[in-house]
Amino acid sequence: MSSSASPSPDGAAERPQERLHPQEHTHLQEHFDRTIAKDQRIEPRDWMPEGYRKTLVRQIAQHAHSEIIGMQPEGDWITRAPSLRRKAILFAKVQDEAGHGLYLYSAAETLGADRQDLTERLIEGRQKYSSIFNYPTPTFADVGVIGWFVDGAAICNQVPLCRSSYGPYARAMVRVCKEESFHQRQGYELLMTMMRGTEEQRAMVQDAVDRWWWPSLMMFGPPDEDSPNSAQSMAWRIKRHSNDELRQKFVDMTVPQAEKLGVTLPDPELRWNEERGQHDFGRPDFTELMRVIKGDGPCNAERVGRRRTAHEEGAWVREAAAAHAAKQARREEKEHAA
Amino acid sequence: MSGTNGQWPLYEIFVRSKRGLNHVHVGSLRAADDRMALTHARDLYTRRNEGVSVWAVRSDDIAASTPDEKDPFFEPSGDKVYRHPTFYDIPADVPHI
Amino acid sequence: MSDDHIHLSLAEAGGADGDARWAFGTGFADPLHGVATALPEGVDGRALAACCTALGDDALVAAQRLAQWCTRAPELEEEVALANIGLDLLGQARLLYARAGQADGTGRGEDAYAYFRDAEAFRNVRLVELPGGDFAFCVGRILVQSAWRLALFEKLAGCADPVLAAVAAKGVKELAYHRQYAAEWVVRLGDGTEESHRRMQAAWDQLTPWLAELYEDEVAEGFGVSARSVAEATRAVLAQVAEAAGLTDAQAAPVPGSGRAGDRTEHLEPLLAELQVVARAHPEGTW
Repeated sequence: MSSSASPSPDGAAERPQERLHPQEHTHLQEHFDRTIAKDQRIEPRDWMPEGYRKTLVRQIAQHAHSEIIGMQPEGDWITRAPSLRRKAILFAKVQDEAGHGLYLYSAAETLGADRQDLTERLIEGRQKYSSIFNYPTPTFADVGVIGWFVDGAAICNQVPLCRSSYGPYARAMVRVCKEESFHQRQGYELLMTMMRGTEEQRAMVQDAVDRWWWPSLMMFGPPDEDSPNSAQSMAWRIKRHSNDELRQKFVDMTVPQAEKLGVTLPDPELRWNEERGQHDFGRPDFTELMRVIKGDGPCNAERVGRRRTAHEEGAWVREAAAAHAAKQARREEKEHAA
Repeated sequence: MSGTNGQWPLYEIFVRSKRGLNHVHVGSLRAADDRMALTHARDLYTRRNEGVSVWAVRSDDIAASTPDEKDPFFEPSGDKVYRHPTFYDIPADVPHI
Repeated sequence: MSDDHIHLSLAEAGGADGDARWAFGTGFADPLHGVATALPEGVDGRALAACCTALGDDALVAAQRLAQWCTRAPELEEEVALANIGLDLLGQARLLYARAGQADGTGRGEDAYAYFRDAEAFRNVRLVELPGGDFAFCVGRILVQSAWRLALFEKLAGCADPVLAAVAAKGVKELAYHRQYAAEWVVRLGDGTEESHRRMQAAWDQLTPWLAELYEDEVAEGFGVSARSVAEATRAVLAQVAEAAGLTDAQAAPVPGSGRAGDRTEHLEPLLAELQVVARAHPEGTW
């Protein structure tokens, strides 16, 4: 990780660990472990194991990238939203996602990461984002279903992260989750309204549900037995529940909502299991998930391409602002000197 | 000044959410100059009427204690229990304390 | 699992700092709260409707152009800022259309104006129709638009119609911020690098021929707004910003015609086609 041009006061101080005396290292490690065990927060300038820092930077960056790339599938509908009320809601929602990306990049920067560097990793395909945003959004019903499923799944994932062991991440997640509750509600409300509309509209909703259900279940990641890094992340309390636990929770939460809405979830195996007190459901196609994560989803190239174009075409603007600030500082200096 | 490729410096943002409260640190953002930091802070951190006043401070202008200093820096107040409200035994039936 | 009720655990995580940030729409005041909607004595309903429609069209088309920037801004912070401006303008359009529908006696709602009129029926100034351009053009246009509209709304806030006056008073605060945001950027780009100066000057030159239409706009003459005083105020602001930004004014001939009279550029029709496509494909639909 390159060091930041202007390190945050919260930024991880450069403290090469090899210079530490082994005894001191043990002492620090014990202090870190005790803090985690007491379910207290690690704060930016605290000593932390390198693996913890690296894992967090990767996790937070992926999360930030997902917010930013996630603006695209829905953002394309702002200009075409079929009522001014929906237009305003969607515009505000997509704007929130840019804001969430910024909160998260800001949390990553407290770990010594640098936003520019993270952005380059994203556009060079060296860092991932949520697979869900590589699916297309052919109809306006997709806006509703994304709010309901994708933001619903995101809330399941993120609410536990409000208690993440890393302070700045936990605090960013509190802000994000509060704002995201509106995202899920607006989606569900749109679908309810459409279901009260024409036959054509109801068909649009069902079609969108059919297309998004399985990709939404995949958002929780591979099954627990194939998720080798989860145990360490759970021990560090930067992941609080397993992938399968969260997936189950999402299914249990969504099924009654689907009934109320009057749509069918496209899974013949889906049924209530009285004994477990949970729903049984089919297994998502995880080979598809792996394919999409690796870059071979329907829209991967388009999504990353647009982000790259915006970043590259914005370079002259960012440079101009920096140049103006430098000139201005020199002018002020001269004035003071005079 | 800014880093490579015109990357803007980092600012820390503090928002006073309502009159009578302190400014509280809410996060950071990047901006080329102070004015931009303030407009960005308004847009980013007060989208939902959260603030009545905003401070933006260049991150590298902040002097911060390091955790290594924790003991000498913060321990002296650790024994001043009289600063902590729980030091005072107040009967449970006294209201509003 | 301890997070069974997401809302409860959120409340815990967020502490007791109120629910103003909870969801879209809470913690916001209705800008027209307590404003009487009856048409006051002596106000001509048709003239009021025409004024509201024209100013609403300006705002809607400008907001649509800003929406087209979404996911394409030069930096994420600008993404948020441009969306804020777009949302403010969209909000102005909605209030103005609603008032137009009350004033012309048709009772039409905002969506009837936005989605079910053709390009020929729009009465916006043509400046807002021009394609997006680069970021220099984007901030240059926001500056021109907001400086002019702010001068106009400041006067309009005292007009005889209480609803239009309230909409204008709310808009004044928004537009003052838009103008500040854009002016700062125009100065940055004008002063920044050789490339940014060249682009900013080019944008300025491109905007200049469309200014006359704003300066001559008499849309709110009947509501106590003199075109001449609005033009003077706007000119003064633009001159001040241009000087700080090191921009020179080109001697460009004004584009003939008038958007208020129904003249359109070729850019409005495709813009509206995109805006209206879903609504018109499902005329019976509910959203």
